[in-house]
Amino acid sequence: MSEETAVSERQANETKTIFGFWVYLMTDCVLFASLFATFAVLRNSTYGGPAGNELFSLPFVLIETLVLLTSSFTAGLGILAARSRDKQRVLLFFGLTMLLGIFFLTMEITEFHKLYLEGNSWRRSGFLSAFFTLVGTHGAHITSGLIWMAVMLVKVARSGLTSATVKRLTMLSLFWHFLDIIWIFIFTIVYLMGTAV
Amino acid sequence: MKKLETRRYISGFALSLGLTLVAYLFVVQGWAHGWTLIYVLAALAIIQLFVQLMFFLHLGREAKPRWNLTVLSFAAIIVSILVFGSLWIMKNLSYGHTHTPPPAAIIKDEGYKP
Repeated sequence: MSEETAVSERQANETKTIFGFWVYLMTDCVLFASLFATFAVLRNSTYGGPAGNELFSLPFVLIETLVLLTSSFTAGLGILAARSRDKQRVLLFFGLTMLLGIFFLTMEITEFHKLYLEGNSWRRSGFLSAFFTLVGTHGAHITSGLIWMAVMLVKVARSGLTSATVKRLTMLSLFWHFLDIIWIFIFTIVYLMGTAV
Repeated sequence: MKKLETRRYISGFALSLGLTLVAYLFVVQGWAHGWTLIYVLAALAIIQLFVQLMFFLHLGREAKPRWNLTVLSFAAIIVSILVFGSLWIMKNLSYGHTHTPPPAAIIKDEGYKP
């Protein structure tokens, strides 16, 4: 096999792997859709408990949103650096993404903890069960994304940017952008609409 | 080439930032109310979805055949059936909705006690 065919074959394989990951993301969309549907159906079933407009602090959630949006942006810059094989910038941008992700997760856990302490846990009402399931599933995705990112950062720092690493970083950044898109809808449907109505 | 790519990410970021803030201000400043507000918020979220799909996920610049777009469209169909279907069906059911009393027939047939 000539070198040229080997390269193009490897590229074709990479495209296939990334496409497979994209298909996984779309099935994850369906998972989130079912949770969104559950939330939309149960949003008024407060069982005499508090509704969204009594529970949520919009400025707090806006900061969460902006933090996650910025982390999605830095992940994008990270992938550009990875494509031009710039190890330092990859470490910088994915490191930043990870820090912002940790900050976001800490804010989310703080909010959950506060609700729990006030007696508004998932046991309080159908609305709160749906809320914790939807937002908690997103948080679980963020957590796994952060673990993945930590592993990738160690890998890049140790063995540099091989083509396999760049491929994995591409999938990681796809995952991260996807989670940001899901969060836009959580922000809009759960928080903004929940506070407005 | 790389500069252009960076610029795409920056414009996507700026647009998303703007759309988020506008949605936030609509609620906080009370620029709209009731269903108008719901439609405005939904529209802003969907615009932001397309902005991020194009600028962050580069969906518009895929080589043919556009398999990524095909799978995305399929997912979009499933998502809308799931979400709007659930809302539609549940709206027509009286079960579990404490704010409206169930019809007399249900109370009689199912031994339902509110």
